[in-house]
Amino acid sequence: MASLSGEVGGIRMESPVMLAAGILGTTGASLRRAALAGAGAVVTKSVGVAPREGHRGPTVVQVEGGLLNAMGLPNPSYRNFQEEIDIGRGGGAPVVASIFGAGAEEFVEVATGLDADGFELNLSCPHAERLGAEIGCEACNVEAITRAVKEEVNVPVWVKLTPNVADVVGLGLAAERGGADGVVAINTLRAMAIDVESGMPILGNRFGGLSGPAIKPVAVRCVYDLASALEIPVIGVGGIASWEDAAEMMMAGARGVQVGTALGMVEGYGVFRSIAAGLSAYLDRKGIGMEELVGLARRAR
Amino acid sequence: MRPISARIVEIVQETPTVRSLRFDRSLGPVPGQYLMVWVRGIDEVPMSFSYRDGITVQLVGEATRAIFDLEVGGSLGLRGPLGNGFTLSGERILLVGGGVGAAPLALLGEAAAEAGIEVTTLLASRCCDDLLFLKRFERIGEVVITTDDGSLGICGRASAGLSALQLQEFDQIYLCGPEPMMADVIGRCAGMETKIQASIDRYFKCGMGICGSCSLDPSGIRVCVEGPVFRADRLAGTEFGRYRRGASGIKLLRDG
Repeated sequence: MASLSGEVGGIRMESPVMLAAGILGTTGASLRRAALAGAGAVVTKSVGVAPREGHRGPTVVQVEGGLLNAMGLPNPSYRNFQEEIDIGRGGGAPVVASIFGAGAEEFVEVATGLDADGFELNLSCPHAERLGAEIGCEACNVEAITRAVKEEVNVPVWVKLTPNVADVVGLGLAAERGGADGVVAINTLRAMAIDVESGMPILGNRFGGLSGPAIKPVAVRCVYDLASALEIPVIGVGGIASWEDAAEMMMAGARGVQVGTALGMVEGYGVFRSIAAGLSAYLDRKGIGMEELVGLARRAR
Repeated sequence: MRPISARIVEIVQETPTVRSLRFDRSLGPVPGQYLMVWVRGIDEVPMSFSYRDGITVQLVGEATRAIFDLEVGGSLGLRGPLGNGFTLSGERILLVGGGVGAAPLALLGEAAAEAGIEVTTLLASRCCDDLLFLKRFERIGEVVITTDDGSLGICGRASAGLSALQLQEFDQIYLCGPEPMMADVIGRCAGMETKIQASIDRYFKCGMGICGSCSLDPSGIRVCVEGPVFRADRLAGTEFGRYRRGASGIKLLRDG
């Protein structure tokens, strides 16, 4: 079987198929379970400086081709989260802490307050006021926050980018200038669903982020553009549910992939092993290695 | 699934703080399954089915207050049925319900009686006014009552009623109620864990196994999709009976 192990964005992992931020990463037990189920790395739910309960329900609604969510960054704050990371590490895979803040100072406070194998800066959540994408859609913020965190930590730092901008490559380049070890693309697409019986927006927050199969072509395009322009690795996320999805994302240039919505919509925790097994069998059948797969679509003419 | 709009066709005041709502449609649940109830403009909350076409609500907070404000003809958005319900098994069963936790057990008991299973119920509440669905349970079999204040039946908690029963005679025991009560009953039925099914309660956001807010320590079992009904041996060694988590994920010590 072809080996899938290698380094992704500065972190060594046995499989490039990771658990995405915000999915089942609220507790150490769920992170550990994902790792034991074959995730190459696990990314936590985003944590910030203070406990948040998140938005009112509904926080999730199934729509055509995916899910719409507006959780609202519920988290117990970094002060109550180290234990969860430590438990998560018991699964044997690196634990990457997804962190958010209202500015560089808060990002640094959270990052320096946690011991993790890497950090993923959430500069892309589309449904939290004055957080996530609201600051992450400006390249200058992305660069400054990335630089501030990089100066204070000695583990790899990834930046998760929002696709809800005209120029995602500009944001990727800003992360790279700030010293990021990798970028993660994409977060959810800003979206909305309305109940036709009452005329009311369904999500408690009125609008939220679309994930799942519907956004995969957008994610593939963003990864392709980013991988073409950046020196640092790109991690692809958005609508990956099968090995074919993962292979497509890697052909676009992703060095690793993250899986989120598929855990709820397809086969639960089994999705990590099924994607990895499919990828490995595909590489065997084609007689190629991971390094040849990554970016194949950019080389193919 | 998107929430389905259901019209309220009947409202019954069951106890001073508990009300049942019947809808113009059945979602075809297995007893023990739940649904997410969207009170438009307020919140979405998980509720057990107490009827195939209805829920039974205790007034506890803003969302349930808004449900109590609804009248016949009003509507709610429903997502369900969700999760895994009770599995009927054996010839003689015991239902142990505490407070509003008796709601899904009434639906289960009726399904059991229809299937020819002999049903005994241990119904527990704070006082006689709070006993839920006493008539429904009496219609399907013998009922043992406990009240904390002794106003009816045996004085004490549900566990006090266990001594009035020969537990070994039951092929299966079904629990739903406050967590301390369920943990206590399971603790008193040592050696019978594989014959006990308990419907447990955790904070849910998504109801589809992705948000992780209901994952049980230490194994990460997702209550919303792998439960809410579990065999008691699967709960052994978990956080059940010791602590739970609130909306932010912070651990809250056992209540009650």
